[in-house]
Amino acid sequence: MISQVFILSSKGDHLIYKDFRGGAGNDIVSIFYEKVTALTGDQPPVVMNHKDIYFVHIRQGGLYWVATTTAGSSPFTITEFLNRLAALVKDYCGSLSEKSVQMNFALIYELLDEIVDYGYIQTTSSDVLKNFIQTEAVTSRPFSLFDLSNVGLFGAETQQSKVAPSSAATRPIQSSREQGGKSEIFVDVIERMTVVIGSNGLLMKADVEGEIRVKCYMPSCSEMRIGLNEEFSIGKSQLRGYGAAVRVDECSFHQAVRLDEFDSHRILRLCPSQGEQTVMQYQLSDDLPSALPFRLFPTIERDNGGRLLMYMKLRCDLPPKSAAINVCATIPVPKGSVSLSQELSSPDQSAELKPQSRAVVWKIARFAGGTQLSALFKLEVPSLSSASMLEVGPVGLSFELPKITATGLQIRFLRLSPIQPGPSQRWVRYVTHSDSYTIRI
Amino acid sequence: MPYLGGEETVRELRRALSNPNVQSDPLRYRNTILKVIRTMSQGVDVSGLFSEMVKACATVDVVQKKLVYVFLCSYATLNPELSLLVINTLRKDCQDPNPMVRSLALRNMTNLRLPSLVEYVEQPLTAGLRDRAACVRRVAVLGWAKLHNLHPSSEIDAAVVNELYSLLRDPDPVVMVNCLRALEEILKEEGGIAINKPITHHLLNRLKECDIWGQSEVLRVLQRYRPQSEDELFDILSLLDSFLVSPHPPVMAATLSLFLSISSNLPVISLAALERVSGPLLAACGSGSREMRFAAVCHIQLLLRSVPGLLGPHYKRFFCGYAEPAYIKERKMQVLVELVNDENVAMILDELKGYCTDVNTDTAQAAISAIGRIGRSYSDRCLQILTGLLGLKQDHITSAVVQTMRDLVWVCPQCSDTVCLALDGCEETLQDIQGRQALLWLLGVYGERISTAPYTLEVLIDRVRSEASLGIKMELLTATMRLFLCRPAETQDMLGRLLHYCIEEETDMCVRDQALLYYRLLHCGIEKTREVLQGRRSDPSLGVLIGRPAKPVSQWARCFNTLEPLSQGAVEAESDSRGSPEHVTYNSKPNADLSDTLSCSHIEEVHSGAEKIEEVDCAWIEECVRCPAVLHCSPQSLQAAMQLVNIQTLAFTPQQMLPWRVYLYTHTQRSHSMDAPNTTLILGELLCTGEANQKSGVKKGTADSEAGAEGKEDQLVRKEMDATADRLRVSEDGQEEEEGIKVILNQQPKDDDALRQFLTILITVLNTLSSEKD
Repeated sequence: MISQVFILSSKGDHLIYKDFRGGAGNDIVSIFYEKVTALTGDQPPVVMNHKDIYFVHIRQGGLYWVATTTAGSSPFTITEFLNRLAALVKDYCGSLSEKSVQMNFALIYELLDEIVDYGYIQTTSSDVLKNFIQTEAVTSRPFSLFDLSNVGLFGAETQQSKVAPSSAATRPIQSSREQGGKSEIFVDVIERMTVVIGSNGLLMKADVEGEIRVKCYMPSCSEMRIGLNEEFSIGKSQLRGYGAAVRVDECSFHQAVRLDEFDSHRILRLCPSQGEQTVMQYQLSDDLPSALPFRLFPTIERDNGGRLLMYMKLRCDLPPKSAAINVCATIPVPKGSVSLSQELSSPDQSAELKPQSRAVVWKIARFAGGTQLSALFKLEVPSLSSASMLEVGPVGLSFELPKITATGLQIRFLRLSPIQPGPSQRWVRYVTHSDSYTIRI
Repeated sequence: MPYLGGEETVRELRRALSNPNVQSDPLRYRNTILKVIRTMSQGVDVSGLFSEMVKACATVDVVQKKLVYVFLCSYATLNPELSLLVINTLRKDCQDPNPMVRSLALRNMTNLRLPSLVEYVEQPLTAGLRDRAACVRRVAVLGWAKLHNLHPSSEIDAAVVNELYSLLRDPDPVVMVNCLRALEEILKEEGGIAINKPITHHLLNRLKECDIWGQSEVLRVLQRYRPQSEDELFDILSLLDSFLVSPHPPVMAATLSLFLSISSNLPVISLAALERVSGPLLAACGSGSREMRFAAVCHIQLLLRSVPGLLGPHYKRFFCGYAEPAYIKERKMQVLVELVNDENVAMILDELKGYCTDVNTDTAQAAISAIGRIGRSYSDRCLQILTGLLGLKQDHITSAVVQTMRDLVWVCPQCSDTVCLALDGCEETLQDIQGRQALLWLLGVYGERISTAPYTLEVLIDRVRSEASLGIKMELLTATMRLFLCRPAETQDMLGRLLHYCIEEETDMCVRDQALLYYRLLHCGIEKTREVLQGRRSDPSLGVLIGRPAKPVSQWARCFNTLEPLSQGAVEAESDSRGSPEHVTYNSKPNADLSDTLSCSHIEEVHSGAEKIEEVDCAWIEECVRCPAVLHCSPQSLQAAMQLVNIQTLAFTPQQMLPWRVYLYTHTQRSHSMDAPNTTLILGELLCTGEANQKSGVKKGTADSEAGAEGKEDQLVRKEMDATADRLRVSEDGQEEEEGIKVILNQQPKDDDALRQFLTILITVLNTLSSEKD
């Protein structure tokens, strides 16, 4: 049971406040904000209480999404609800930010009114909700020259128009109504990697959590068939044939997915509802089919001038045609490091010393597969001792691998039946993110 | 320009709302109303516009209607009279052919929360229950609950309750679930909806139709059901099995709660359910939402209390990601400590070592104390890591390491050599109070083995004038006294200076009294002083039991899937989950407290109770049992026997050694007084000195002499361990015995019945054990 729901900006501005059960004081929002800001540590705990009012909150899009409830409520239900609410708001408003919430507050009140009645969650299915929601979303899209470049001469298809712009999926689902013809469907395979590499270069832990997400802008739903790799197998017992099987340890599906063709042909059938939904989730531990995307060869020594020399060689073991983007290596350095001088192997990299977080941050915008980058960092550390070397590392890498899945999962085909009238576009996108990629030194 | 939220804004809005030109243009009218709502969300009081907004309500534009309702529901309670005007529009809307308009009107009619409107609302609500459209029925059902809560005392119409019961069979699953919710609220005083067999089976059969919110709600309500036969129970369980491994955490958690509550007297089933649920819980631990991760990790901690080895093979899932927030890292480390075994200890320690240099000091300190806890079972490896960390010479790390070492040494006295060697030189890096206190304690207790101890203390004594912390001064006094006992030549002079300062110049009463106490104690002679100050040492012959006994599922089943595991602090979870004697570690200012209690309990002896005495809610008992054969039992069998009756052993001396002792404890439910904290802690010591002249006797009394204690369980533990020897015993029957085992029990809070009961059980166990041996 939920008593109130409110959304605050990170600065504590009230964006949305809805009281479902009545009886709460007016200052409840400010009490929450005081509590949340008074907490020590960089991130506050999820549950806080004030007398017998319990606040459960999540952070998404830089906003606080808060529900107040009683002690006996299920934390899983409330957290899941808030996550779902944020996802719905994102679906309806296009993107999740303070600005979009502010502009669409009427729509969000309307949503909340339909989702929750008297503190009880009624429905969060976008199929049901679309019949009730009347307000149109307001979006602000900055004018961009890139939008024009997609249009070819006399409407001819250019190369660029075959690639979905990255902003394509950040628009409200309802705008498809008046845009009429433009019905699109996005199928995203998103994987998150958690890797720990020991100081001897051996892999200590590798986990992949993946999901197939469907984002549907079709006004009328039709059946969709998603074909996965034929050699896809679940668990260790089910290996088919030989060679590079695509294997996951555990796998679960959305309630709406019908699996009658899954066992024989690895086909998922579903009628996607409007908006975003996770169709399938899977995970794989320890046994990756492909090589790790990155390896680091560090050399760390002190020179006689009392400086710390870190020579880092980072190799990207992706296939040569693909590349990693937004690679960022965080290298913890000894406390009291004063200044950094650097020698980087190519100009598109950058590195800086962040004294608050006690780390050198090395950024590489684009890192092609099969190549190697190196950097030499010279750190001025006044109180350098041999023990300070222990403070260097472990290195954390964050990156994005477009068009690559770590498990090798691929979508063979994506069929809509019956065939949609009018032009419809189907997009399949793959991306692997780093959840936590740690290399010990 | 008007200021945001000023009077001017409200006036401006009123002018716009009542402007006929605006009213005639639907788009402008709607935009003006939007502005009002926006101002309202920003926290500005716009209740003055109520009458204008009531007018705006009469429109065919659904969006505008919805907006106005948002406004009206927020301010209706401030304007009950004006709200009457809205009711007409709303009642008209309830007749609208469009079901959406009907449900909207009905919902907002009940959301106005005005008791005066009840009479107008009842009729549309009754009609709503029989509406063709499911969305109207959903609203109507909950509407009755809202109505009831406006007048909680009033009798609700039996016909309505019956109608709600019959709507449980409604074809729409949301209506069904809403009926459950409404009946729960309306019948709250009778203990909620009556869950009988037909209703249960109906709900279970329709569970698949509901969405995850409905499922969790139904499963929660069904927890009250008690199956009539075992067959029925198993039918229900097998029906629910697929929900137990649901990929949706809310459903999974609700199902497990239901499993645990209906199979509460079948522990095998509960354990099987825990095994089965560990997969989905682990998946939730890797969820993309960090809040969900946190909830899952907290619940895993609950599970581990009952099945310590449950997730052993999956320990790597609890390694922390470097970008994870500190609160998740801390919980994950707590789980890692629980999962340590011979195979994975190297990996886990390696991982934890990596966290010790974390930028976040909280994380670093949590990692260090986690290593310390593992050190109880794998002391060599852990000490090696801890000593290595001292080399970093960083104040927060050194402080955490010294505190951890202090705690470790108390449990594993065999570590003391390594610790003494490592301590050299770390006083220079220590900055914070807790770390320095820990160092002082160690210097005092192991002073004879740390060669530089007097010099370290001397520096501190010279600077005592500028010392701000009370705790440090107290600790310094005690440490210097202790050091004086083992190294008098080097310490005498500085002790004199310290005592002089504390007695003559110190303004704080506590420090002064403590110094006076020591001064007088020294007058009593060196032997007496030694007896008082050096009693406090853990017995190296005591082997601490590693591993925690599994607690019954019922102990935490009640709080599973509630907010309790998430909101209770990490500290609490910690002391709860470990049954070792040194909970003191996590006390806010452990050492100051300790020396307080120590000195106070001896004040009685020195100057006959002149200090203030507080009544403390605790009791102690001594009893002699004749069962000599117990001495020859192996520790394992003794432990097993005790655990059968829920008594946990803390530590014991090896077989055949004299004096032979066993320390044990138990939590029992209080027999009466439901309002008070309803568990009591009993600590016990079994002692056999081997002397034949023991008196058998029973002495029972309220321990009102235990002054100064703040009623902390943990203090009792240490006190019990230290100061049992010099208590007076009154013999009542004076019977001589050959070989008796003395049982000393200490209880808090006091509860005679429970204590008696416990004693009977304990004696029965001991007798059984000896008879087996014979």
